[in-house]
Amino acid sequence: MSTVATPAPVPRKRRRRTKLQRRQTRLGWLLLAPALAVVAFVAIYPLGKTVYQSFTNQEFLGGLEPTKWVGFANYHQLIHDPTFRDTVVLTIKFTAITVSFEFLLGLIVALVVNSKFRGRGLMRAVMLVPWAIPTVVAAKMWQWMLDDTTGVINDLGIRLHLISHSHAWIADPSTRLAAVSAVDIWKTTPFVALLLLAGLQVIPNDLYEAAAVDGANKLQQFWRITLPLLRPAILVVLIFRTLDALRVFDVFQVLLGYRLGAQTMAVYDQSTITQDGHVGYGAALSVAIFLIISLFVVIYVTFVRVTEE
Amino acid sequence: MKHRRLFVLAGVVGAVALVAFLSVAAAGSKKATHAQAAAAIKAPKVPNAAAIRKKYGGQKITFVGDSVGNGHVRDTALAKRFTHDTGIKVSVVPHPAASDQSYAQLARAFSSKSSSIDVAMIDVVWPGAFAPYLVNLKPKLGKQSKLHIASIVANDTIKGKLVAMPWFGDYGILYYRTDLLKKYGYSAPPKTWADLFKMAKKIQDGEQKTNSNFAGFVFQGNAYEGLTCDSLEWVASAGGGHFIDGGKVTPNGVTTYQEDQTEHAFDNGDAAFARNWPYQYGIGAGAGSKVKGKFNVTVLPHGTSGGSVGTVGGWQLAISRFSKHKGAAIEFVRYMTSPAVEKFDAITNSNVPTIVSVAKNKAVVKANPYLKPAIASVPRVTRPAKFFGTHYNEASKVIYQGVNQILTGSPASQVLPQIKSKLQQILKK
Repeated sequence: MSTVATPAPVPRKRRRRTKLQRRQTRLGWLLLAPALAVVAFVAIYPLGKTVYQSFTNQEFLGGLEPTKWVGFANYHQLIHDPTFRDTVVLTIKFTAITVSFEFLLGLIVALVVNSKFRGRGLMRAVMLVPWAIPTVVAAKMWQWMLDDTTGVINDLGIRLHLISHSHAWIADPSTRLAAVSAVDIWKTTPFVALLLLAGLQVIPNDLYEAAAVDGANKLQQFWRITLPLLRPAILVVLIFRTLDALRVFDVFQVLLGYRLGAQTMAVYDQSTITQDGHVGYGAALSVAIFLIISLFVVIYVTFVRVTEE
Repeated sequence: MKHRRLFVLAGVVGAVALVAFLSVAAAGSKKATHAQAAAAIKAPKVPNAAAIRKKYGGQKITFVGDSVGNGHVRDTALAKRFTHDTGIKVSVVPHPAASDQSYAQLARAFSSKSSSIDVAMIDVVWPGAFAPYLVNLKPKLGKQSKLHIASIVANDTIKGKLVAMPWFGDYGILYYRTDLLKKYGYSAPPKTWADLFKMAKKIQDGEQKTNSNFAGFVFQGNAYEGLTCDSLEWVASAGGGHFIDGGKVTPNGVTTYQEDQTEHAFDNGDAAFARNWPYQYGIGAGAGSKVKGKFNVTVLPHGTSGGSVGTVGGWQLAISRFSKHKGAAIEFVRYMTSPAVEKFDAITNSNVPTIVSVAKNKAVVKANPYLKPAIASVPRVTRPAKFFGTHYNEASKVIYQGVNQILTGSPASQVLPQIKSKLQQILKK
């Protein structure tokens, strides 16, 4: 987003300004202090505790051995853990598929809903319904719809002659990633559309009128006016969705449970801690996931900074 | 015009809420018909209710109970009766349907020393893992425990402490459609897995002409604890691998089936054979079932070399060491594991009683034909909980993840050695 630079005020009586500035800065810190304390308590303390636990062999249900420091043993195990590697690969695949589809579909929806037509208000309200349903509820709902014996999707597909027989979309290893991605795309496209719509509405209309006068067709208007001015919104959307997709849990846990080759990083981490009881190793996994996601954040931020210049 | 958008939004929200409400009500109405059956026989009254009320009346306890089939309906009926008679408020919270996730839920509560759970439903393989966190029931309930089957009581006794009271038993049995067997010329249910495959294939081929959703055999194939139970039966009865060939006699989605999906498929008329626990019998024979009067049960088939077996399931009731109302909780467990309530459970929910006298009661056997000696005396096979102790859940996960992989197409020759080496690693811990 472009910031409007305020011109620095010409200091007339320098001393009074500085004292006032100092007081205002102190007041600013005072007002921020409660919020910072909450952040420290809710975010920094648990993060610190997790990092500490990742260097121990702590187990959930006690056990005969007392918890002791094991240094980098958990991280060593993590690097050689084939299951973890599979989950990272699967999560990145899922992220790539869902973010690209959500972006394209969201952009189309936003463009459509931005134009004037009857019932536009209704459309804008209705399009948010999938986003409003809690993810776990939506996943359960789709699980029943995609069922191969009692599911509505297979039934409709057969009646409309789109498919020849019932498919077990979730059970079949070749279609399950597509099925889970489809559920996630259904759910979060409205969110993407909403953010892009906000970005579209900021673009002034006279730009399009001027372009039309100059002889540009709709496609040229899209490429030369809409996309460049939409770029800040696009970057925000991509960052949000990529980080969300990397942390995906609900939709995979409900639809695919804990089967090998179908767990995401978060599902594997949760299963290691709650089902296997390995708190120390699970903490190491959490830290590893945190680092992987931070890598993506760094990539995005650098990309944004590079393009802003 | 100004407020049109607001009205439109309100209308959409209202429509969504209405649809959600209707769907929940529709889902609930199926359970309601079974609840009527449960209410038809009333929950037994609590003995010594007045004395209990004097001592513990007004206290509130939380019971983490059943969620499979009509278990929750049964639990709430009993809890309501208990509250009415003794004044102790019982809050019934159904646990996750997948047994391995229930284990995780309890592990979380115990490790954080939470007092939020007073009474919990414990699987037959968990007493070893949870023993340090449970109250010793021997002083108060030791006398009543003598009424129950000795081997189950022994299973629930860890280092001399009775950590849980047996509540109902479980073992895998085979459900079969009597009408379809007759239609296709079979006089008796299959004795071997090979026979099952042959019969299921013939029936499925015939029935799929009119019902494309029909499958020969349904069982619990999802990657969860239930699959460990089912696969143990195949292995222990030897040679049980043939019917897994995807789609030939089982629906492809069977690798996502747990108990409820198995029961739905069979009771909806979409399966010739099903492997499930005895609880399914009551639902199939109840109002609303499409197979009422058209099915029966028998022991599971066996391989050419082995014999029929059933995996031991069964649930116990335990009290958390961190409970703030241990006295009230003990009275609740005393009531729930009493002969009168076990009889109620057996007749209304087809739960296998753990009290010998109840299992022989004429009315109980009439409602639960699998209690007849021919079926009930099938050799039980137990899951390897004793070997793995607190690591049982992790070990079971290795088993069910591996078997699920095989069911979805991975070659068994590759997966089985992996399961073996992972289990050996866990044993070393």
